[in-house]
Amino acid sequence: MLEKALVGSKRYWLWLGVLIAIIGVAFIQYLRQYGYGLGLTGLSRDVSWGLYIGQFTFLVGVAASAVMLVIPYYLHDFKKFSKIVILGEFLAVSAVIMCILFIFVDMGQPTRIMNVVLNPTPNSVMFWDFIVLSGYLILNIVIGWTTLAADRKGVRPPQWVKPLIYLSIPWAVSIHTVTAFLYAGIPGRHFWLTAVMAARFLASAFAGGPALLIILALLVRRFSKFDPGQEAIQAVGKIVTYAMFANVFLLGLEFFTAFYSNIPGHMHPFKYLYTGLEGHGKLVPLMWTSSVMALVSLVLLVFPGLRRNENILAFACISLFISLWIDKGFGLIIGGFIPNMFEGVTEYWPTGPESMITLGVWAVGFLVLTVLYKVAVSVREETAGMPDNH
Amino acid sequence: MSMNRRQFLKIAGVSTVLGIGGGTVVTGLRRTGLEASQVSPDPRALKAKRWGFVVDVSKLKTDEDYQKCVDACHGIHNVPDIGNPKDEVKWIWKDTYERTFPTTSEDEHMNKELKEKKFLLFCNHCAQPACVRVCPTKATFKRQDGVVMQDMHRCIGCRFCMAACPFGARSFNYRDPRGVDASGRPFIRKENPQFPTRMIGVVEKCTMCYERLAIGQQPACAEASNGAILFGDLDDPNSEVRKVISSTFTIRRKPELGTQPSIYYVIGGTEHA
Repeated sequence: MLEKALVGSKRYWLWLGVLIAIIGVAFIQYLRQYGYGLGLTGLSRDVSWGLYIGQFTFLVGVAASAVMLVIPYYLHDFKKFSKIVILGEFLAVSAVIMCILFIFVDMGQPTRIMNVVLNPTPNSVMFWDFIVLSGYLILNIVIGWTTLAADRKGVRPPQWVKPLIYLSIPWAVSIHTVTAFLYAGIPGRHFWLTAVMAARFLASAFAGGPALLIILALLVRRFSKFDPGQEAIQAVGKIVTYAMFANVFLLGLEFFTAFYSNIPGHMHPFKYLYTGLEGHGKLVPLMWTSSVMALVSLVLLVFPGLRRNENILAFACISLFISLWIDKGFGLIIGGFIPNMFEGVTEYWPTGPESMITLGVWAVGFLVLTVLYKVAVSVREETAGMPDNH
Repeated sequence: MSMNRRQFLKIAGVSTVLGIGGGTVVTGLRRTGLEASQVSPDPRALKAKRWGFVVDVSKLKTDEDYQKCVDACHGIHNVPDIGNPKDEVKWIWKDTYERTFPTTSEDEHMNKELKEKKFLLFCNHCAQPACVRVCPTKATFKRQDGVVMQDMHRCIGCRFCMAACPFGARSFNYRDPRGVDASGRPFIRKENPQFPTRMIGVVEKCTMCYERLAIGQQPACAEASNGAILFGDLDDPNSEVRKVISSTFTIRRKPELGTQPSIYYVIGGTEHA
């Protein structure tokens, strides 16, 4: 089926060209970082994780969110998702690939990455994250590819794929839970040491991922003859709305515990993020942008009348996605390191090369996504009008 | 390949004997308590069940007293002086009371002398180290004598241990420690050929002078401290460190986190203490 990605319009090739150009520039920056060291980034002794790990965390959520389509379609037989579910699975594939790349560019000694497998360490959450992410990548490639290939031939997908689909549901939950445990089990970092971390991760994932999927589905419809279905998009919109309310609620719980208990260690990271601490407040404008955008998206999403208008829905989803990208892809990680272990403030801001490398990883993700979507869309255009067999 | 019954039994028999022999080697090693770095026990080596320190800051009076300990450590261990706080590498350093004990220092009426007192900070070699728990490759591990070690050749530079350590004891080589700064000055001023230098992209920290313990010497900071840093076995009731801990008021950094630090601080210094 991959041959479908090798023929396309001028616009398709132009888009791929742009992505490859970005990847090329980013790769040169990565070579610089590889030679000079991670000192090329804004990271420091006090803030030892930053943009890369933030993006990794955020994208694990995007990957996990495919389950929000798989559950209704495969467990509840919600037929309207028959066309959109493949978009979710392929989005998960590209998101996991970005996750792995973000870990890779963050490593001080990337050539030693296989040490994680050669010296398996079950007491390390990172070891488990490695396992669940690789497993999830394989599951989604196999499931997506097999069901699509069956569709193309107009036959039912083979029986053996069903158990894999069911397995992918708890597996999706596990990837984001394990990722939350990277943070939530660390003594001495009050901002992360919270039992609702995994729940918050899942809620924000199930809002942000499907929001991105709505945007992608609308784009697919505009640029191809394949229509994922208006009702399907509306149903995903409902999922986004519920999940975003759950996410904001959970964030509210964090605020309550920190400020009602009045324990300084718990309050300091929140103060740093939203008001500034000891005269340092680089993240304050960003965090308030995130809050306002979250609010805007919720207002637009909660009224069905507004949500039904696809332009408004698209705007709300973009707003929500950016809001969560700031909150989880940046604030959540940096907030854990500020104040530092000595209650001092060392600020962090990504450097130019660091941002370029980040952009490059996203470009790789979009490249993979474009190719996979091109295959899916081409197959669907071919089989348009044929009944669904699974 | 095909084999008859006789050949199979031969091979099976030999393998079994070898297997039992292999087992003996393993249990033999366990009995002598050899560390991975040793091939045979050195009679000079200092031994303990759990090494620990008592740092009596009342005996550290001048800036030079502190600096002597820092220089002794950083000099013999080839700790690079990168020259900026962002990429800084340090194994032992001096800091204020408020920064050393941040969870106990929210006090506006604090004793002025204490507020200005400086402390020596280095790896706590915790009994329940968070860094060891999170390391995905066992590059950081705990020895039987309590030393929390760092294998710079296995470390992948993920920096999970830096996020996990509640004491900020760990440094990452953001720059090549064997390199030079913009003006051509080497980060390691005078290299000690007896101790390895590190490479770029790995985490490092105080390793309790394991290389000195192995030949019967005290950690360098203790030796240079003029008696301000005591070193000994925390599991031995007759050791000097235990005697001080049982007779004097001592505090540890962030004991509420349950990592059980192995450095005890004596503040002392005032008549009212």
